[in-house]
Order: sequence, then C-alpha cells, then structure tokens
Amino acid sequence: MAQQLTAKEPTAEQIADQKIYQQFGVSDYEFELICGFLGRLPNYTEIGVFSVMWSEHCSYKNSKPILKKFPITGPRVLMGPGEGAGIVDIGDNQAVVFKIESHNHPSAVEPFQGAATGVGGIIRDIFSMGARPVALLNSLRFGRLENERVKYLFEHVVSGIAGYGNCIGIPTVAGEVMFDESYEGNPLVNAMCVGLIDHDKIQRGVAKGVGNPVFYVGPATGRDGIHGATFASVELSEESEEKRTAVQVGDPFMEKLVMEATLELIDSGIVLGIQDMGAAGLTCSSAEMASKAGNGLELYLDEVPQRETDMTPYEMMLSESQERMLFVVEPQHEAQAKEIFDRWGIICAKVGKVTDDGRLRLFHKGEQVADMPVTALVDECPVYDKPSKEPAYYAENGAIDTTAYAEVGDLTDALKQVLASPTVASKEWVYSQYDYMVRTSTAVQPGSDAAVVTIHGTRKALAMTTDCNGRYVYLDPEVGGRIAVAEAARNIVCSGAEPLAITDNLNFGNPEKPEVFWQLEKSADGMSEACRVLDTPVIGGNVSLYNENAKGAIYPTPVIGMVGLVHDVDHITTQGFKAAGDIIVLLGETKHEFGGSELQYVLQGKSEGRPPVIDLAVEKKLLNTVLAAIQQGLVASAHDLSEGGLAVALAESCISGKLGAEVNVATSLRADAALFSESQSRILLSVKPEQADKLIAHLNEQGVPNAQIGVVGGDGLTININGKPGVSAPVEQLEKVWKDAIPCLMK
Amino acid sequence: MKFAVIVFPGSNCDIDCYKAVEETVGQPVDYVWHTATDLSAYDAILVPGGFSYGDYLRCGAIARFAPVMSEVVKAAAQGKYILGICNGFQILTEAGLLPGALRRNEGLKFRCHSTLLEVVNNGTAFTNQYAPGEIIDIPIAHGEGNYYCDEATLAELKANGQIVFRYKAGANPNGSIEDIAGISNKAGNVVGMMPHPERAISQILGSEDGKRMFTSILNAWREKNGAAVNG
Repeated sequence: MAQQLTAKEPTAEQIADQKIYQQFGVSDYEFELICGFLGRLPNYTEIGVFSVMWSEHCSYKNSKPILKKFPITGPRVLMGPGEGAGIVDIGDNQAVVFKIESHNHPSAVEPFQGAATGVGGIIRDIFSMGARPVALLNSLRFGRLENERVKYLFEHVVSGIAGYGNCIGIPTVAGEVMFDESYEGNPLVNAMCVGLIDHDKIQRGVAKGVGNPVFYVGPATGRDGIHGATFASVELSEESEEKRTAVQVGDPFMEKLVMEATLELIDSGIVLGIQDMGAAGLTCSSAEMASKAGNGLELYLDEVPQRETDMTPYEMMLSESQERMLFVVEPQHEAQAKEIFDRWGIICAKVGKVTDDGRLRLFHKGEQVADMPVTALVDECPVYDKPSKEPAYYAENGAIDTTAYAEVGDLTDALKQVLASPTVASKEWVYSQYDYMVRTSTAVQPGSDAAVVTIHGTRKALAMTTDCNGRYVYLDPEVGGRIAVAEAARNIVCSGAEPLAITDNLNFGNPEKPEVFWQLEKSADGMSEACRVLDTPVIGGNVSLYNENAKGAIYPTPVIGMVGLVHDVDHITTQGFKAAGDIIVLLGETKHEFGGSELQYVLQGKSEGRPPVIDLAVEKKLLNTVLAAIQQGLVASAHDLSEGGLAVALAESCISGKLGAEVNVATSLRADAALFSESQSRILLSVKPEQADKLIAHLNEQGVPNAQIGVVGGDGLTININGKPGVSAPVEQLEKVWKDAIPCLMK
Repeated sequence: MKFAVIVFPGSNCDIDCYKAVEETVGQPVDYVWHTATDLSAYDAILVPGGFSYGDYLRCGAIARFAPVMSEVVKAAAQGKYILGICNGFQILTEAGLLPGALRRNEGLKFRCHSTLLEVVNNGTAFTNQYAPGEIIDIPIAHGEGNYYCDEATLAELKANGQIVFRYKAGANPNGSIEDIAGISNKAGNVVGMMPHPERAISQILGSEDGKRMFTSILNAWREKNGAAVNG
C-alpha cells in the first residue's frame, strides 16, 4: 500500500517536464531558482515544501515592499513583526502580546471549521510567545444579509468562533461585523488574540544549540489542511469547493490542554525555542526555527505521530493538522519536558535534531527523502514589485458630487433605516453567542467603542478594538487607510486608554492586478502615516490577498487591531449616557460628507464619491485632549462618531445608557448632513453639569472645536436643527429597531 | 475553612472560582487535580464551569468517571458543601448527586449575558445571606443549560424546597422547566446552578450579587462548627 501511494508521486523529471509545480502555484521562474538552490531537480516532497514556503501566505513575496512602509519601532515595542506576535511594554515588568490573522478562504468554503481554526491559530501564536491569552476579538465581513448563502456563512462563522473561544475559555470581548455585497462569496474572517506576559518569559521560535533535540507536541498529524497556505494564495473559484480538504478541523479542547502544558513548560524555564505549527505546518515551523538560529534541522518523519496510515513525507510536511507545536530543549531537560506533557495527556515526541549545516533534511524509513538549504526556503523567495495602476473608478468617483443628493425629508425615518442597517444595527445576536466574561476581567463588554479587560493584581487595564471601513478605503485607499487607524485610536481613547500599537490584517484582492496593487500601496501609505502621527507602530500582522472571485475583488479592507493601556481602572469610560441633566458636548467639525457613508448606502444603495477627509494633526490633538479630560475625571460618557454620524452616535449613547436626550444642533449645513455626515475626528461626550465649565475650558485651551448641543434626560431622543424639529422618537422604539434588525433577518 | 476547586481537563472557570474565594471570603483554597483521591482536607468543594473533556459527548458525562468524582460523592455523603457551577452543575447531575439533566438551550445557541434570578430558597448553606424572593443579577454563559426533570422529581424538588434559584419570570434564557436555574439535593449541602456567581463579585464586572453565595458558605460552616472556630 505504501508503495502504491508513493508510486503515485511523480518523479523529479516528471515534475519538471510536465510542469507539475505550476499546480502548486510555483512559476517557471521560481522553479528555475529552486533548481539552482538545490543544484538538481526537486523531488515531490521538496517541491511541496518549497511551494508552501514560497506561497504569498508564508513568504509575503508580493506584499513585502508594502510592509516595509510601516513604522515598526517605538519606545515601548519589545518585539516587532517576525515572531508569532508582537509585544509592547506596559510597565511593571509586564507586556501585552497581540496579533490578528485571517482565515478568509477556509471560511468561504467551510465556515464553521474555517472560523474555528482561525481562532485556534491566533491563540497558538500568542501562547507560543509564552503569554497567557486574555482576550479574543474578530473582524468579519459578509455580503448583504438578505442573501441566503450569506446568512449561512454568517451563522456558521459566528458559531465557529463561539465554539472555539468558549470551549478554550478565552473571552471574545470585541469585534466588528459589516455587510456589503462586495464581500459576497468572499467573506472576511479575521481573528485577533491578546495576551499578557512578564518580560522575562518572552520566547522566540529559534532552533538553538547544535545537537539539541526537537520535540513535536499536540495531536497526531493527519491529512487535513494539506496545501492550506497555497489555497489561501489563489483566487476562489468553483473548484474551491473541492478544496475542502485544505480546510482543517479544530479541537479547542486539545488546544486548551496544549496551551496549559506549553505555558507550564515555558514557566519551567527550560525552553530554548518554541513555535506553533500554523500555515504550512511542520514545514514552516521547522524551517523558520532553523533559519532564525542560523542553524539546520534534521527531522525523522517516522517519529512524527500519525493519525492515518501510510502517510508520505510530502503529506506529513504539508499537513495543517491543528493544535501542534514544535520546541527545542537541551538533552538533559528531555525528561522534565515529557513529564509536563504526560501530566496533561499530550503526545510529546522527539522528531528531530538541530544541526550546524544550514540544511533542512528529512528522513523517512531509513532514507533521506529531502535535503534543502534553510535560507533558500525562508529568505530567498523572490520578492515582486508588482505594477501599480490607478483604477478608472477613482477618477470617476472624484467627479461625483455627493452633496447634490436630494435632501432627506423625514429624518426620524432615516435614522431608523440607518439603525436597522445590519452594519450599524446591534450585534447582540453575534456576541451573546460568545462567552465574553470568562476569566472575570471584562470591565467593558462588547457593544461599546472598545472592550476593556482588567489586569489582575494591578489598577491597569487594556482597551482593545478592531476597525476598518472598507468603503472609505475603496473610494480612496490612502484616506481610508488613515481613517482606519484613526478610528481605532478614537475608540481606544473613548474607552479611557492610551493607544499603544496596532496589528493589521491586509485583506485585498488579487495583487497581480495593477489596480488591486495600487489599492494595497496607497492604503499602506495612509496607514503608515497615521501610525506615525498617532504613535502607534505596527507590531505584527497578516496579509490575505486573492480575496476575489468571478464577480471581482472585495473592497480593500486593511483591518486594524489596536490595543491601548488604561492607566487606572477609574479612567474606564463607556459610550452610554450616565445621568439625566448631564450636558452633551460634540467635539470636532462637521462637514457635508456623504461619500462612503451608511446613509448613502442605505438610501442610494451604493458607495460613491470621495470618503470624508481627515487631518491627522487635528485627530492627534483631539485624542490627546479627550484622554486628558477623561483622566482628569471630567467625562461621564464618550462615544466615537463613525458609521451613521451624529444621529447614530446620539441614539447609541441613549440606548446604551437607557436614557433620552434633548438636542439642538446649530449648523450652517443641511439638516441631513448635520445628522448623518461621517466627518472624521469627532467625539460625543457627556459631562456632569457641575463639571461642564471645567471641561469646556480644557477643550478651548487645547483648541478643540466643541459645541454644547443638548442635555441628557427623559425617555425620548429629540434632535432639533437650528430650532427646527429634526428627529423625535422614544428611545425604546429606536432600541427595538436597532436590536431587532439582525435577529429578524436571521429568522 | 478550606475550599477545593476541582480541575478537569477542559475546566476553564477554575481560575475564576479560585479568585472569587480569595476575594470574597479570603479563605484558603487549592486547585485539586481530577486524578486526586483524597478530599478529606476540604470543607467546601467547587466544581467549576468549562468544557470538561471538551464536552464532545453529553456535557459532564465523561467527567463523572474521573477519579476525583468518587471522592466528591463521598464528601457529599459526609455533608460537606459542594457547589457545581455551569459545567459543574452538569457534572453533578451526571454523577447522580443532583436529580434531572441539562439539555441544549431551547434556542439551540450558546448564550452569554447577565440574567436576573429569584432566590427561591434562602435556607441553604449557599444562600443564607440573601433575602427570600430577592432578585439578583448573575450572568450565564452556556449552550446546554435547559434543566429538565420528570413530573415526580419536580414535585419532590418543590416539596423539599430543592429549587434554589429561578430565572425571573419571562426571562428564562434556555427553556428550563419551571424557570429553574439552580437546585439542591435533598440534604441541601449540594447545589448546582447554571449562572456564574463567581463572575458577579465586583462592580467593575457589572454585579456584586454573587459575592453573598461565597459568604453564605463561610457563614454556614461557621455556624455548624461553632463561632469559636477560626478559619
């Protein structure tokens, strides 16, 4: 049987002559390079290993020139991109570890397992650094929720995330979900994990010390997920259904055990290097660990625990079976390491040895079956500077005047329509399926601007959020990129935290199309600029390209995951109004900006024109001023203005606070623009009447435009514009519209 | 007084229960591994929530066979205080320490949110610090919390005052029979409940109403052992 299976594998000559490598996404040019590095033709196992290591997913060959743009250092950054996750100092010998990662392609074909294993993978990235995972977040995009297939994907992605996070016992505390036909057929599932670590416990994925043993821990390897990384690096097509076998199956219970055992192992202080087996499984973890140490590695594949019979070296190396880790200890610590895993009932097998020859050698059934230079696998994949071209739609949109739309007549009705739009509507249907309270540290639950998780034994807390408005990025990638970072920072500040750093997930279409590459390039420029101005370096992230099918590419969606530090739990601030009589203050300037807005999408059924402008210096001043006000105890509630503008922000503050508000906006704009424009750098505050003067003086001193627009109280939301009636509705009614929208569509 | 928090593979509220004991009553508390065969040192045993053994089979069905469970059964017979929360409740029913069973939520979805409970019996060792009929705010987080028992058992539960907590009328999150959220055994020293009191011990978490469950246990123990006992 074994011979039959092996016999199926083409010979090195067949691979070259029949160009079989092309099926693995390796180009003729790349194949030639590989032959050059080997000094001969690669065999089937070797071409398999090269193809995953040189896939976009592992090599970033198309996105490297883009990633270079990002600022990645800062006084607090302890570890930037390159390891499992980035790390930022938060004082007192503690640090926060976080990263975001996508599982878009798997979720498109098998939403439950695709989403679940996305969560599992990102958790491993965090605990393999030695950190205790304390929170999960996600960022999801789907097509229009009226579509049956979209409902199916939405339902199963959410239960996949819930199934994994709930079982492993890490709270899912925040996220965002947006719906737009651009994502139909190409849902986005980005998962983020945040962990805490003491400085002296930080681990690296290095295969240190020639002669040291290499251990495999976790469940046995099966045939699932073979070529997952390659699958993630091509466009989706009808054949994608057939690639279901490229989607892995998750076991959160197993991961819980592996996590506890791994943290115990790291705590014991004997680990020299550790890395999880994520994309490209054993291949990527072994090659990267050897590369980072400047060493080589031998793997004895007969020792790899196997779930199925007659597995070939090719299958073992490319399997993406979940919940597995690779680590290195000194020989005298072998027994100690094994004992820890035994106690947790986890397989721990010695599968290899660190060598000094810089080669990755694989042995199977007494023979050497592959021999490749580590540097060629990890560092020598060619980097492509793709051609970039401004798409025609960009200039066309510049000519569209979104201020020329007919003025909205019934503003109350418009508000209800926007509140019922699934992108704006309450996501309770989603987050009530997540255990967001386990670990008893969740101080601000899902549904506010950012979640806040307390740090046990200190007065500090972490605020965290994911943000990106893909419509803005589509309409103007550079501006949209700036806004994505700025909005994340605004959410963090509104929660009472100082923004620390970001992780990003670049979700784009096929970069081989110059128009898509242009979007990637421009949005990275915008994000980089915002990160520099707002002092939030990029400490890690993920790139997901080829999010595209026959209908076209998704909106460019560079999701920002940001973490901030609450210096004292007394600073924690939420969006809900707190008490009748509190004064409502609007900060920032409102312009007539409807491009990419939710009102435009709801009323015009499309996104067109230019997105709102943003001045990062203005944003920075606003954020510093608001954070200082919160820290001085001058703010009762704070809410960022985003989708749906002032009207939606007021409604959400009323609903969350279970209080009404009486508002009068003095403006030179049209009433609908005053209420629904999505101008940037605006925040809605409420303040106790006795503190209002002090707050206003602080705002004026800092030069932040502000207007006292109303008072909290009653059980209705009334908004007059220049004294004329605009919106008037009981809060209960608005809440019903907002809360029922998604459950109604999902019935 | 000494508390034990049982740790099964897949328990995930063990740390929360441990912290809750420390923070609410400040009594000594230990994690006790599922393989332990001696619980004689403990006065109260907490069986925490989570997904023991992954809950891939019926919830709690495998955990009941863990070596430590025969010790828990022994401790129950000795009249020690045993509290099963969420998965812990499921395990106690599987182990036969409590009647009935927990089925999938009526809506077939996992649900996590705060719930209002009515303290039906404040005469137990776990509820003596609450007023009868008091409404308290304790969160839930479960997929299989739909308590069920047959008519005869239900009648018995009622006759013996074994219904400890009910969800507030009209706010039953899982379809449990007669809105039952928590029950005790006949002797009253074993209680199982789906809501998580250990998640409601400080204002910053949204509610402090769970605190008094822990102080109740300490209070009951002190009364039983005489006020002179320090611990």
